[in-house]
Amino acid sequence: MNLTLQIWRQKNAKTKGKIVEYPIKDISPDMSFLEMLDVLNSQLITLGEEPVAFDHDCREGICGSCSLYINGEAHGPDRRVTTCQLHMRKFKDGDTIFIEPFRAKAFPVIKDLIVDRSAFDRIQHAGGFISVNTSGNTQDGNAIPISKHDADTAMDAATCIGCGACVATCKNSSAMLFVGAKVSQYALLPQGQVEATNRVENMVAQMDLEGFGNCTNTGACEIECPKGISLENIARMNRELMKASLK
Amino acid sequence: MALDSKIPEGPLADKWTTHKNNIDLVNPANKRLIDVIVVGTGLAGGSAAATLAELGYNVKAFCFQDSPRRAHSIAAQGGINAAKNYQGDGDSTYRLFYDTVKGGDYRSREANVHRLAEVSTNIIDQCVAQGVPFARDYGGLLDNRSFGGVLVSRTFYAKGQTGQQLLLGAYSAMNRQIGRGKIKMYNRHEMLDVVIVDGKARGIITRNLVTGEIERHSAHAVVLGSGGYGNVFYLSTNAMGSNVTAAWKAHKRGAYFANPCYTQIHPTCIPVSGDHQSKLTLMSESLRNDGRIWVPKKLEDAKAIQNKTLKPTEITEENRDYFLERRYPAFGNLVPRDVASRAAKERCDAGFGVNATGEAVFLDFAAAIIRYGKEQAHIKGLDENDTEIIDKLGKDIVKSKYGNLFQMYEKIVDENPYETPMMIYPAVHYTMGGIWVDYNLQTTVPGLFAIGEANFSDHGANRLGASALMQGLADGYFVLPYTIGNYLSDDIRTGPISTDSKEFEEAEANVKKQVNHFIQNNGSKSVDYFHKKLGKIMWNKCGMARNEKDLKDAIREISELRNEFWKEVKVPGESNEFNEELAKAGRVADFLELGELFAKDALVREESAGGHFREEYQTKEGEAQRRKEFQFVSAWEYNGEPKDAKLHKENLTYKNIEVKERSYK
Repeated sequence: MNLTLQIWRQKNAKTKGKIVEYPIKDISPDMSFLEMLDVLNSQLITLGEEPVAFDHDCREGICGSCSLYINGEAHGPDRRVTTCQLHMRKFKDGDTIFIEPFRAKAFPVIKDLIVDRSAFDRIQHAGGFISVNTSGNTQDGNAIPISKHDADTAMDAATCIGCGACVATCKNSSAMLFVGAKVSQYALLPQGQVEATNRVENMVAQMDLEGFGNCTNTGACEIECPKGISLENIARMNRELMKASLK
Repeated sequence: MALDSKIPEGPLADKWTTHKNNIDLVNPANKRLIDVIVVGTGLAGGSAAATLAELGYNVKAFCFQDSPRRAHSIAAQGGINAAKNYQGDGDSTYRLFYDTVKGGDYRSREANVHRLAEVSTNIIDQCVAQGVPFARDYGGLLDNRSFGGVLVSRTFYAKGQTGQQLLLGAYSAMNRQIGRGKIKMYNRHEMLDVVIVDGKARGIITRNLVTGEIERHSAHAVVLGSGGYGNVFYLSTNAMGSNVTAAWKAHKRGAYFANPCYTQIHPTCIPVSGDHQSKLTLMSESLRNDGRIWVPKKLEDAKAIQNKTLKPTEITEENRDYFLERRYPAFGNLVPRDVASRAAKERCDAGFGVNATGEAVFLDFAAAIIRYGKEQAHIKGLDENDTEIIDKLGKDIVKSKYGNLFQMYEKIVDENPYETPMMIYPAVHYTMGGIWVDYNLQTTVPGLFAIGEANFSDHGANRLGASALMQGLADGYFVLPYTIGNYLSDDIRTGPISTDSKEFEEAEANVKKQVNHFIQNNGSKSVDYFHKKLGKIMWNKCGMARNEKDLKDAIREISELRNEFWKEVKVPGESNEFNEELAKAGRVADFLELGELFAKDALVREESAGGHFREEYQTKEGEAQRRKEFQFVSAWEYNGEPKDAKLHKENLTYKNIEVKERSYK
């Protein structure tokens, strides 16, 4: 396959970026999208130019590092995949592909396609935990039975990889799917009940402080989420927040 | 220096308890005066950082990723072992201990492994209390599955994302401490040296990967939880960034490196598709619970499959060779990983491989689909002979168990594994070798500790499935936080460690020198060029089967490649900015040294054990042949070039377990 890439290049957070065109040849349809970028980068290095910087690590769709906005979609045209799991067979010979970073006020660009998502970490610091020390004498794992339905629903929420596709996709740059997923995981489990009130209040307050927008129920986040995190989690977070405000 | 493993006296089952009762403690007020550096935030580093902070130490944690949650423990799929015996199938601490020592081919320490088995149950309780959503059955109790090399169901899991959930648990525990200010987190920082002051590890030098700044960080002790070195093979199931640099720098500063040649080649990975391949993807071992591994019985059928003129589903039962079930009737498809990998290689080398390159075997779920379908039809009172109903019901069950793995396979290979068998081939996955540590997880450098995959201690020559997560969390939550206190109790009056000493200066100057060399070197070849070449040497000559001639060639070739690397490597860009090529160059430089030591270790070990298979040492049936005279840990002391490394031996003794032929027949 021969392709034309239009890639966002930006030296660092302080300088202005722009789209630069790169033609690329002989791409195999079995390559992953990132392997295609590897090919481009190795050509750039040989030419003495700077390679395109992008975040990536596990390359199996679980670490949540990769974060490319491809042809106007977070993680590209395929569904339920991260950029590293997107394969070139989803494109056609001769295609022009636009590649940009995940854009949001709360995700400043570090370089080229790399953004700073530490806002997500700070939201977790505010309440994304259950306060239990490591002692070796917490109660037995089977002491509190948890219905399979609740455990499975908590697991579905917990599969969030923190990539930020929901934010990049949302026209309001809202992080409510991300925060809703974490709040839901703990809200569905008996272990999370004790701190439920503080947790949801603190996490939502931090989310607002970071400059994420609000939710207007377009549902784009759920569609672009590589792990299929459900919108129900946003509803559950709002319910938890309402409950907290009545306490 | 003679190696002292510091294993406590007394009966095996009491050693850990006695040791904990006797070691020195640091009182809570004094803990506030003590700083600890933790490098790496995977299961081991993350859990250690959180627990040390809970205890009251001031922790500084470092990771090269943009968040601690992205450490590669996140990718572990299958599960975590614990001797809970919830299934009532006769499991016990002793059995877990026994299986682990036997699975490791009698090359691990009895006392360490027993401690691991003891604390395994605490891990599950701790994780449940943290809100880790383990799989549960309809009664609301924790579910288990079975893994390779054992005869009980002791593996706890969270779908096919157990590592993710456990890591997010440790990350949440870290978050609580970061929020309290007890952990200072340094994301996108890479450790490039450890600083030794007066014979003790007192800090590290890091590079800020965003700004390029070289920084000094001091502490009273340094803990390495920096993972394994599988990426020395270039292609592995490790993350792209996984590297040996932290461990290797520690080695160069005096920490002995143990058993580098013990590598785990995992049997169920997606085969290589071409030269562009940047990494390999693992398919969880749990698939072997229900999948049957086979190749065609007839060579002509294999050729036809390779040429795509025959479909696997067209080959009848009697023309299939379920080679694991044939060779190992007792364990069948659930033999340990080293055994399964070698058996697959044996068939492929004989010409029976099933993809275009001839390097793949089938993993087939057709039988499981029928079995589950019939079971469901019976439960639901439907016709147990209606193949359509059975097929649908069976596929539903398989989907509920392995859906995400099947989806992953389909995305990568573009074939539907519900309709045609998966193709798999072994790939480098885990390294049992690592920094030598004593019972307290302290290296040969006082004040420098190593935990998780970065150390060598618990898995011997082969790791059993679902034991890596167990060991990482055991070290981080339940072992290191206690044993490190014994060391730190001498430091309560030391006060803050200054970074202005000549030792910090020297270490920083070294790091800067290397960085400048890479930037200024006007070479012609990319870092990946060298990394790929190293990987090929490692895979072809230090891979699943090794022999004296290949290993000697490998040592020479790696050494030559290393010389070429320093002359010819080209790193674009500047040092004072985000520069991934620069970071990669430093990592590959260390892999090029480790690779040679690896081959040297494999050459010295004239026996076959676990993941280390020497062609000269095999039984008539082609099984690994251990030798009594090699019942020791190889611990290498750095001495300049890898070829000059000095071998120290820690003899292994087995008092509570009989060393036997490791049979899975």
